[in-house]
Amino acid sequence: MEQPIQSKSSFGQRLAIGLACFRRALGSADFCRSADALLHPVPPPAPPAAPKPVELPPERRHAAGLAVLSLLQREGRLIDFLQEDMAAYSDAEIGAAARVVHDGCREVLASHLTLEPVLNESEGAAIKVPAGFDAQRIRLTGNLAGQPPFTGTLKHHGWVATSVRLSTVSETLDPRVLAPAEVEL
Amino acid sequence: MSTYAIGIDLGTTNSAVSYFKLADATARGQAQTMLAIPQVTAVGTIGEKLLLPSFLYLPNASEFPAGALALPWDKNPSLLVGDFARAHGSKVPMRLVASAKSWLCHAGVDRQAAILPWQAPEDVQRISPLTAAAHYLAHLRAAWDQQFPAEPLAQQDVVLTVPASFDAAARDLTLKAAEAAGLPQVTLIEEPQAAFYAWLEQMGEGFRKQVKPGDVVLVVDVGGGTTDFSLIAVTAKDGDVTLTRVAVGDHILLGGDNMDLALAHTVNQRLAAAGKKLDAWQFNALTHACRQAKETLYADPSLTQCPLVIPGRGSSLIGGTIKAELSREELTRILTDGFFPKVAITDLPQSARRSGLTQMALPYAQDAGVTRHLAGFLTRQARALATAHDAPVPVNGRTFIHPTTVLFNGGAFKATPLKERVLEVLNTWLAADGGQPVKELDGAELDLAVARGAAYYGWVRHGHGLRIRGGTARAYYVGIETAMPAVPGMEPPVKALCVAPFGMEEGTQADIPPQEFGLVVGEPTSFRFFASSVRRDDRVGTMLEDVAGSDELEEIAPIETTLIAQAVQEGKLIPVNLQAVVTELGTLELRCLEKGGPGQWKLELNVRMKE
Repeated sequence: MEQPIQSKSSFGQRLAIGLACFRRALGSADFCRSADALLHPVPPPAPPAAPKPVELPPERRHAAGLAVLSLLQREGRLIDFLQEDMAAYSDAEIGAAARVVHDGCREVLASHLTLEPVLNESEGAAIKVPAGFDAQRIRLTGNLAGQPPFTGTLKHHGWVATSVRLSTVSETLDPRVLAPAEVEL
Repeated sequence: MSTYAIGIDLGTTNSAVSYFKLADATARGQAQTMLAIPQVTAVGTIGEKLLLPSFLYLPNASEFPAGALALPWDKNPSLLVGDFARAHGSKVPMRLVASAKSWLCHAGVDRQAAILPWQAPEDVQRISPLTAAAHYLAHLRAAWDQQFPAEPLAQQDVVLTVPASFDAAARDLTLKAAEAAGLPQVTLIEEPQAAFYAWLEQMGEGFRKQVKPGDVVLVVDVGGGTTDFSLIAVTAKDGDVTLTRVAVGDHILLGGDNMDLALAHTVNQRLAAAGKKLDAWQFNALTHACRQAKETLYADPSLTQCPLVIPGRGSSLIGGTIKAELSREELTRILTDGFFPKVAITDLPQSARRSGLTQMALPYAQDAGVTRHLAGFLTRQARALATAHDAPVPVNGRTFIHPTTVLFNGGAFKATPLKERVLEVLNTWLAADGGQPVKELDGAELDLAVARGAAYYGWVRHGHGLRIRGGTARAYYVGIETAMPAVPGMEPPVKALCVAPFGMEEGTQADIPPQEFGLVVGEPTSFRFFASSVRRDDRVGTMLEDVAGSDELEEIAPIETTLIAQAVQEGKLIPVNLQAVVTELGTLELRCLEKGGPGQWKLELNVRMKE
């Protein structure tokens, strides 16, 4: 029956509302509560403070990298090879050990990544580097002057991983342990 | 109605799963529909591979960090299955269960008792071959359910492969393992047939150009640990091409692993002579290096030798490395000539008399010549088929069955020179006996063919494509002791009564032999059980005299039952007849039918140890 409130209410409308509120407040406890909430608005609770970023130790931040090293040690004995002092050995001995490392690590790469050259041309061939080239994929050396397009010789075809199939390592393990000690019983 | 037909190859060394979407209703061609199986590949790492190595490791409680062996479906497994189990188990062999499948068909042990790892020390928890097989299947099932949650494996059409040489007892156990893994309804199919189905699927209708009526296909399957032969005949019936599996060979424990070991032992002797002694770990590394060298040398015929490097065990890699090399001459002498020698068709496998005490273990083949085993198979089957009146393969007085085409399967045949050698030997035999040279069928992926073929068979069962007929690969007999006066020191001769003829089709019942037996209610009864893969003409009721000296019969697990009859008192003697039934799933069941009454009891194959 009452007309909806217009944005600029006239005195008459305000009087009508005030009297209606008075009547209903006397009759209904619920309405009183609602009216009270309007009269005494409770400030909204302050938003919870943003959680402080947890400072992860370096081995946790780089756990994935350490996992790859651990994988290369387990399958290819890479860390054993790199930690050893080469000065004491002949080329033939180093070569024999290098075969072990090569076989194992190559298998790791083959099963977890698909590697392809960045540029498919053969090394030593002439290459045109166009304007707007991807500076991450192509590195320029030699007489670098002026603006692209450039012509040059391909010296290294680069590597890019077109498919990544590395496994995640369980977080309950300590990423710093790259290879456990082996004790034979 | 299930959505997928699934083929599971439960191999001795590796297992695989292939799936076929039934709604697609066409062969898959080259499509890769293999399940990627998550498994622990290293401590704390889960990798997905198409093959699940059939190895089980039983870890010590304190051996690995907590939660390191977690799988996506099981945070804390007590056993380890798969890649890491095999890799780590080679360092701790007494906790490793390997070749469980070969134990499953070994009649000399109690296959349901916890005996594996074989001869492990007391405090290592042991499991039975049946439990091991159930664990592999359960792992495959969990892997499937995780990737196809809306179509659980238990509700799909599952086809499980078994070697053709598996007898009724071993098939029974395979089904029990499947049931224990939560797969109550599986169908069994023989592995060489599955390999042929994989070839059929790959060829599509083009197969008719490769095999024609009158052809005899020899399937040679040499895997990691076993060798299996099968013959499939192509005939024409009413103008339609039909395929019939005609014969299977024995279960020969000889395979690619034997070859790697042979090479490793030879190189080891050479190193020992030069003063370098290898410990067990280094010998393992040497075996692995020999396997790699074998593959390299076979793949590239221009190489004359391949270096072998055995890494040092400690952190000093360069200092501890031992170098050796494998020459092509050695490879040819040990593998090509040692395992696939050029022999005549009359050279049969030697079974040297075992002297005195033999350690109870797997019955590895004593003769390593696969070509000799092949000669034995073809000659034996020729003799059997010559006397059969409705042989699908003509024998015509030849000394051996002439195959016309060969299908190779199994990882050992990745080496092309080995395939060439087998073909060369076969052609020599054929030329000497007046036959035509064989043709090789181009098989697909040697590791995955059996699983793919099994999945395709799941679709073929619904009435599509061509189905290989054949029925049971053996005739089955029940042992009956003759009534004779007791003579001290002499065992009464045992006769064999045929209850299931050769080639019984799935879903059929055999006739009931007229002989009746008296079984006592409440008392356990046991019958000796025999099988023959060469006697093709025996009908139900045929009685064979004196089993003991026969080389055509082999004894398998005894069958038993305890008659429990409600309304009848204990101790009463009931006359029964025996009837054999081959189920749709491909297993043999034996029933006791009360004579002149309604009683029916099922006989169980007792796969416990022979007394």
